[in-house]
Amino acid sequence: MISRRDFLQATLAASALWGASGVGQWGRLAAQQALTQDKLLEFDDFGNVTLIHITDIHAQMKPIWFREPEINLGVGAVNGLPPHVTGADFLKLFNIEPGSPHAYALTYEDFAALAKGYGRMGGLDRCATVIKAIRAARPDALLLDGGDTWQGSLTAERTRGQDMVNVMNALKPDAMTSHWEFTLGIDRVTEIVESLAFPFLGANIFDAEWDEPAYEPYKMFEVGGAQVAVIGQAFPYLPIANPKWMFPGLSFGVREERMAEVVAEVRDAGAELVVVLSHNGFDVDRKMAGNVPGIDLILTGHTHDALPEPVMVGQTLLIASGSNGKFISRVDLDVRDGRMMGFRHKLIPIFSDVIEPDAEVAALIDAERAPFKAELEEVLGTTDTLLYRRGNFNGTWDDLICNALLDEHQADIALSPGFRWGPSLLPGEAITREDLHNATAMSYPAAYRSEMTGETLHTILEDVADNLFHPDPYYQQGGDMVRVGGMGYHIDVSRPQGSRITNMTMLKTGEAVDPARTYAVAGWASVNEGTEGPAIWDLVETWIRRQGTVTIDPNSSVKVTGA
Amino acid sequence: MTLTRRHALAVGLGGIATAVLPLPAFAATVEELIAEFAGGATPGSGGITLTAPEIAENGNTVPISVDAPGAVSIMVLATGNPTPPVATFTFGPAAGAQSASTRIRLAKTQDVVALAKMADGSVVQASSAVKVTIGGCGG
Repeated sequence: MISRRDFLQATLAASALWGASGVGQWGRLAAQQALTQDKLLEFDDFGNVTLIHITDIHAQMKPIWFREPEINLGVGAVNGLPPHVTGADFLKLFNIEPGSPHAYALTYEDFAALAKGYGRMGGLDRCATVIKAIRAARPDALLLDGGDTWQGSLTAERTRGQDMVNVMNALKPDAMTSHWEFTLGIDRVTEIVESLAFPFLGANIFDAEWDEPAYEPYKMFEVGGAQVAVIGQAFPYLPIANPKWMFPGLSFGVREERMAEVVAEVRDAGAELVVVLSHNGFDVDRKMAGNVPGIDLILTGHTHDALPEPVMVGQTLLIASGSNGKFISRVDLDVRDGRMMGFRHKLIPIFSDVIEPDAEVAALIDAERAPFKAELEEVLGTTDTLLYRRGNFNGTWDDLICNALLDEHQADIALSPGFRWGPSLLPGEAITREDLHNATAMSYPAAYRSEMTGETLHTILEDVADNLFHPDPYYQQGGDMVRVGGMGYHIDVSRPQGSRITNMTMLKTGEAVDPARTYAVAGWASVNEGTEGPAIWDLVETWIRRQGTVTIDPNSSVKVTGA
Repeated sequence: MTLTRRHALAVGLGGIATAVLPLPAFAATVEELIAEFAGGATPGSGGITLTAPEIAENGNTVPISVDAPGAVSIMVLATGNPTPPVATFTFGPAAGAQSASTRIRLAKTQDVVALAKMADGSVVQASSAVKVTIGGCGG
């Protein structure tokens, strides 16, 4: 019998991306010649259990551009550890050739140029092809959806998630967990969950009044002759990061002791492999893997990280499968004699020009979109600048939104939440209504205008910064820093809450923000019930139409230290 | 702070607590309260489990529970509240379990501290940081 260390070494090579030697040729033709569907799907079947993981699709049914972050800081013990590695450092760490297809898929450098060569990524019809191919080799493979599936597009917003439910049902998931699902409101969630042919798992979702479990915590499957327990873990901070009045009867939280109880329960019930399908976020999962014994594998989600190799915490594997349909992870495991004996892993990038769409799912997607086709395709303007969202402090999509808020609401300062969803647009591309909704579609979109003192603004920035940079991952909520328009600041991410944010300055005048003075502040996506204002997409649409062509100036308004 | 029915119910759920003492009417510092409860003993660690959320979903009603097998009394303090004492639970010899659950109000981000006094007079302590946040920018 091989030791765990031996099999890890043996399988690490197998888990590395095939493209590590580099493709070296740009241009779509070269990409298509070098990349084939067979090559992308190539996998030496291993062991007796196969898991397929997809997460944080954010209602992206069609192929998209998605630029990965340039700045993704880790604090405390995880500083510099994956996934807090970006760009050239990421390529070096995972031995990926710059300019190769995987460099394009996994990092931000030369994004616009590489995108033109390698094409869009994702598309649930392409995902369907990959899933069907894996199931052809492994008929009892489990498809596990990490949540954030029913929100993030115009069609999902209009159909209250139904388009995504219908398309995902065609992929036949075996279980899912959740986050943004609950922003459809508890009644709608209940309606959908009752219609699903698979369980909606959340071991950490409790009835707020009686402190009793509110959803199924786990499901036991027999796969390849082994008992496999899949435990669901929903996003722990839903009632804090999202409007709790939309699901008032529920309580969430990390609930580490609850996870330990459920792991013990499934082991007692005969589980030979314990899988956590998680929406905790990577660093929370890393801590949980170290603290809760008995978890073999965590399929991570929420923080939108894509890693070409598993991260090991003790004897627990952490798998990070990206977002927006860009990647699918396949994990094969050898489960024998009541335990996991080895694994093989591949992060499969969904190159939409290389992987053939599945005809049945493609037709279903088109049917779901048909009633909205004209609306989706309407061109609002053009962008001169690469539009993207990801990054700890700002992104050009939110710069655009902040500029629109400042102008349309005649405000001094604009705030845009640090969401991590929302695909990218290349320079020179038309901005369609679909593109705008992909960056804004949600159920509490009111673009408010209010007055805040400088002191209140400082408190808000400190509060959000602590959600991101608290050294203990269990206190992190997993979004990025709130984006600010009209005002710059310095942040020392290594300081405690209350002393990270300094030098708040009005960009227009260069004057320091006065704690006692009142400023006109515009923003959107407030968690407070009864927030008033036009939907953010209507406000931004008006602004884009007025601009015609949008140009976003380089943003250097946030100075970062302590990283 | 007065004891509500909800508190009484929660205490009842946590075991056979025989009494919940009224809270001291005077404002004492956390250090003074700990010293008074410990009766001169230096609080140790282990043997007491305090369960509290890392981030409060609602600072007005934060669920906590304390479990200290063998304890004769347990004191809970909200160190950052204007009035830190939350409750003191005492357990008689017939108590099946020395644990208690309740919901507390937290004015701001702070440490919640629980101390348990054992039959031999030794005292153990556990602490948990609970963040009270304005929230709203995750995702």
